[in-house]
Amino acid sequence: MCEVIVITSGKGGVGKTTTTANVGCALATLGKKVVLIDTDIGLRNLDVVMGLENRIVYNLVDVIKGSCRIKQALIKDKRHPTLSLIPSAQTCDKTAVTPQQMKKLTDELREDFDYILLDCPAGIEQGFQNAIAGADRAIVVTTPEVSAIRDADRIIGLLKAAQMPKIELLINRVRMDMVKRGDMMSLKDVCEILPIPLIGAVPDDENIVISTNQGEPLSGLDSMSGQAYHNICRRIDGEKLPIMDLNQKKVWFQRFRGLTKRV
Amino acid sequence: MRFLRFIFRRNSKDVAMDRLKLLLISDRTDCSADMLEMIKNDIIQVISKYMEIDTEGLDIQITRTASPTHNASVPALYANIPILCVKHQPEYQ
Repeated sequence: MCEVIVITSGKGGVGKTTTTANVGCALATLGKKVVLIDTDIGLRNLDVVMGLENRIVYNLVDVIKGSCRIKQALIKDKRHPTLSLIPSAQTCDKTAVTPQQMKKLTDELREDFDYILLDCPAGIEQGFQNAIAGADRAIVVTTPEVSAIRDADRIIGLLKAAQMPKIELLINRVRMDMVKRGDMMSLKDVCEILPIPLIGAVPDDENIVISTNQGEPLSGLDSMSGQAYHNICRRIDGEKLPIMDLNQKKVWFQRFRGLTKRV
Repeated sequence: MRFLRFIFRRNSKDVAMDRLKLLLISDRTDCSADMLEMIKNDIIQVISKYMEIDTEGLDIQITRTASPTHNASVPALYANIPILCVKHQPEYQ
């Protein structure tokens, strides 16, 4: 059975694209057949985060306009054979696609994949409406900041109005040192304000910047954020896992491993 | 002074929480904090005609509640009004 998941946030820059790439990779590591669709027409980014920017021939708008077959636009990931990407178009704008066309596309893809992840653009205009049209499940990404939480609340309201069957929260860029000092909202505080279940929390981790620089999403378990994404995927897959403690201290050999990796 | 301010400083997290709670009330209902204050004053006026109420202990807020008709939560006006005593000669004449 295939599930179509839209990853959205309202506010820009909270980590939708990074989340899509990493969750997609982690799901593929679990052996699932996954396709990522970048719906941010005009500002494509997911291809760069995945490191697939040199392989693009056809894009989302070509598929929808019928200029190519779906199979031709699917780009296979370098490391995960079961993971593919449909990149967005860079030269068109959001009005090039309608919600009905997006729904038709996701319905056609359902037969061949276990998970379809849609990377939603920021904002609540047509791009957002396109992205949520065919989805059965939404993951709202937010950071523990006032502006991001306010936008997330608005998005949750819109998703509920659109009768999205399942809406879950992902809290990104948590800094436990600041939470301890009382200068950042904790997971509990954010959950108290936003009335939807938590699917996971990802710490603010420099490994994510490094992996984005290299165009290779994290999927290993050697970093805390990689582990967080792995846990999120197991929860998406239906496992009941407790939210991991982001407070873990690195043990000495992990520090050493970090050192050798960077050289 | 700086030392005192350091000691009595509120956690910035608590400031953020308080700001967000107020902000979301007005966002969710399209109703500002000013309007809520006006509603509160009007309710006090109406009820004071019939009974004496504790205006200090009055709590009024907009929350969310499950809708009986469709599967979604809807905003609800919640008011907790402590009554001191009922006026025997109401001022409705």
